[in-house]
Amino acid sequence: MASEIEIRLTVNGEPVVERVEARLSLVDFLREKLHLTGSHVGCEHGVCGACTVLVDGEIVRGCLTLAAQADGSSVTSIEGASDSGEIADLQAAFHERNALQCGFCTPAMLLSADALLKRNPAPSREDIRLWLSGNYCRCTGYHAIVDAVASVAEVRRNNSI
Amino acid sequence: MNETSPLSVLDRPNSYIGRSVPRPNAKRLLQGRGTFIDDKKLPRMAHVVFARSPHAHAEILSIGTDAAKASAGVIAVVNGEEMKAVCTPWVGVLSHLQGLKSQPQYPLAVGKACWQGEPVVAVVATSRAAAEDAADKLEIDWRELEPVTDMETALSAKTPVIHADLGDNLAWKREFNAGDVDAAFAASGATLVEEAFLFGRHTGVTLEPRAILSDYDPAEEQLTVYHAHQAPHMMQGIFASHFGIEEHKVRVICEDVGGSFGIKVHTYPDEMATVALSIMLRRPIKFIADRLESFTTDIHARDHRITARMAVDGDGRILGIEMDDLTGIGPFSVYPRTSGIEANQVVNLTGAQYTNQNYRARATVVFQNKTPMCQYRAVGHPIATAVTEGLLDSAAAAIGMDAVEIRRRNLVADDAYPCKAPSGLSFEKLSHHASLNRLVEMMGYDGLRREQARLRGEGVHRGIGIATFVELTNPSAMFYGVGGARISAQDGCTLRLDARGNVFCSTGVTEQGQGAEAVIAQVAATALGVPLERIKMITGDTDTVPYGGGTWASRGAGIGGEAAAQAGHALRRNILEVAGVILQARPETLDVRGGAVVDMADGRERIGLDEIGRIAYFRADTLPKDFQSELMVTRHYVPKEYPFAFTNGVQASLVEVDTDTGFVTLLKHWAVEDCGTVINPQLVDEQIRGGIVQGIGAALFEHCLYDERGQLLNGTMADYLVPMSAEMPDIEVAHMESPTRDSELGAKGAGEAGTAGAPAAVLNAINDALRPLGATVNAHPATPEVILKALGKV
Repeated sequence: MASEIEIRLTVNGEPVVERVEARLSLVDFLREKLHLTGSHVGCEHGVCGACTVLVDGEIVRGCLTLAAQADGSSVTSIEGASDSGEIADLQAAFHERNALQCGFCTPAMLLSADALLKRNPAPSREDIRLWLSGNYCRCTGYHAIVDAVASVAEVRRNNSI
Repeated sequence: MNETSPLSVLDRPNSYIGRSVPRPNAKRLLQGRGTFIDDKKLPRMAHVVFARSPHAHAEILSIGTDAAKASAGVIAVVNGEEMKAVCTPWVGVLSHLQGLKSQPQYPLAVGKACWQGEPVVAVVATSRAAAEDAADKLEIDWRELEPVTDMETALSAKTPVIHADLGDNLAWKREFNAGDVDAAFAASGATLVEEAFLFGRHTGVTLEPRAILSDYDPAEEQLTVYHAHQAPHMMQGIFASHFGIEEHKVRVICEDVGGSFGIKVHTYPDEMATVALSIMLRRPIKFIADRLESFTTDIHARDHRITARMAVDGDGRILGIEMDDLTGIGPFSVYPRTSGIEANQVVNLTGAQYTNQNYRARATVVFQNKTPMCQYRAVGHPIATAVTEGLLDSAAAAIGMDAVEIRRRNLVADDAYPCKAPSGLSFEKLSHHASLNRLVEMMGYDGLRREQARLRGEGVHRGIGIATFVELTNPSAMFYGVGGARISAQDGCTLRLDARGNVFCSTGVTEQGQGAEAVIAQVAATALGVPLERIKMITGDTDTVPYGGGTWASRGAGIGGEAAAQAGHALRRNILEVAGVILQARPETLDVRGGAVVDMADGRERIGLDEIGRIAYFRADTLPKDFQSELMVTRHYVPKEYPFAFTNGVQASLVEVDTDTGFVTLLKHWAVEDCGTVINPQLVDEQIRGGIVQGIGAALFEHCLYDERGQLLNGTMADYLVPMSAEMPDIEVAHMESPTRDSELGAKGAGEAGTAGAPAAVLNAINDALRPLGATVNAHPATPEVILKALGKV
């Protein structure tokens, strides 16, 4: 059995101390140890993007990051981003525009979209499509997601003027 | 029209029919609060992983389990022989697909494995990681057998027979002949075109992999299965049959399901094995397929080689069509829907949108040592549409006619219904011409043609592809039930008024993200007369919802919706009876609107539904002794007039082909869809868009590549290409509405139309771009390599 190590980190604003196997991925840690099941496992390969979470404010693949690597970090998952209200506008726009169907990709898609808007407040449709091309969605065909993100970008721009 | 309803569900006041209201149950998914199978944990739950065959065809000589059993955390190691004791085998045949045969199939391979990925040994442990560690320690001795991989030679005498008991590798054969094809092809002035089409294997790639959590309570002899599945009642019956448990002691619960598309409507051996283990070990067992397992064990789709011919006269009228389909289905016909339906649909649907009645077709369905093939979104439609529309474009080019014009000359006239396709399919009412006209207008067809010609002069190769099609929806019992499968075509809806005037609505159709719960709620709210937010939807639990088929073949809105409409009418009548007693009024002078009982004539509010609930449930003593309120009703519906409610649609694709690299850029896609009454336009649009992108995946990217030994070469998400946002075009959608009169609601399905038409539209667009260069591409996916080969550049 793989060796265990102790990690200390902040998850969704709460301090966490846990012993984890060295091989445990960050997304498995969140899901299995902390019961934060909003981050999903789609490929365990770094391709589908369903496991996307924030580590110290940057989006990362939760399946390619070890829990041990998050030692000392601040991790935000969809549960934290939802409860804080920071992506409420994106969530509302996705709902209004039906930019989700089965919802399995959605938490990660929201976190990725929010990261784009923080970097580029005025993305074109092509910018949005390019940025989200690391997040696989089998249901929507992406058009509605692009619409929703574009609409939030516009509202956020107008609100910041 | 309902006998006592003052208005049909389409004429109710404050109607939600035709309104794009947001889905009521989507908010939890946006907050990461959905409940997918892998999110669930039960007390004493253990995890199973499967050792799978590394070979496409191999005899199991021995299975050494000592090291695996000694591995940390291991609870049990079980092989196929041991599992036979608790699970009877199944055979995927249907009596109406006459002659279809298959071999009995077990949860774990017994004696030999027939495809790479077939489960062989189950390892149960306290965690999935521990089970995987142990599975690595299994010692399985194999003797490799010659695999059958090429369907062209599957029936030749030199090819080994996969299942000796079956005698040969032929699963099924269908021959069909209508009219006089030979005379049509020999007619003077006929122009003949012939094409050979290749449709590669692809698969569903649901983002949530297949998943099941099975719990068995030996004290109550109760099996409870949490299942990522589309058809819980079907699985209830299958578990009962094969595990020898009374059906009412089997409960199947489908909570949030992360995409299905027909992938999650079948019986999978590893899922049956998981249920078997929960019975054997008397504790909850969870199986979550990982992505590598998904690629080799989720059903694959398509895999057709088709040669087809079409004759047209000088006016572009189709004189005859001939089609020969060879398709490989893997080593078993999948249970219980069978792997013969896809080829059957290809035969039935080819040329079905056109007036031509001279049609000959042959379908040959063979076994091979590859992943089993079965129904996936749009079953057979993309093949039939690509063949028909590809031939028609070739014919148009041969006689120098425009692609839209030749379709106008052949599509069944909008006033010619009811009518029949050459294969015998009945069409109640379609709108091919109106839809094509709408599409041409929406896309600015003439302007695009001018732009195409101008850019051609600059060395830019753009193409416009059109695809018309029909789609089978709302299947009656003629689809599966008639062939002996316990798959319900009917569905039900139960409505219950609670004590505060809210409504519980449970339905047998299921939700995997399409918005089934939303449209059922919209119909129920409309028929009943309550605000949408008063309705709570309950789906996916065989203990609590009416018996029904679930969600597949675009049946949810049309069949589940009609049941909801009738339930809504019935509960409204019952509420009005209670109100009539309370108000001393005749029920027919009252109505339910906006969640209150009102006067029918002027809409004046008389009593709230909360008050109806209070009196009926708590103060029945104030009602007459001979009156009993009934505030819970159930209604069912099954299509009866027509075996299927066909829809029609037309799509167009605009592409640019880089003739140096073979890359195709999708510039825009358009769709006009006629699915009858549109309950929620936004949800229909998004079904169409999502379906189109899945069709584009098949047309350009997705391909399960095998070597000659039957090894899947690209079974990871890094190697198997799926459509991602950057490459996908914007998609414009419009609707026509030709309701079915088989129901009051008039809704038909919309779930598969996008996938049915998109590959044909994209391939026709590519060929439109390539035609002046003398190249034709008829292989799906049309990869850059395929295109460069067609151009003679590689």
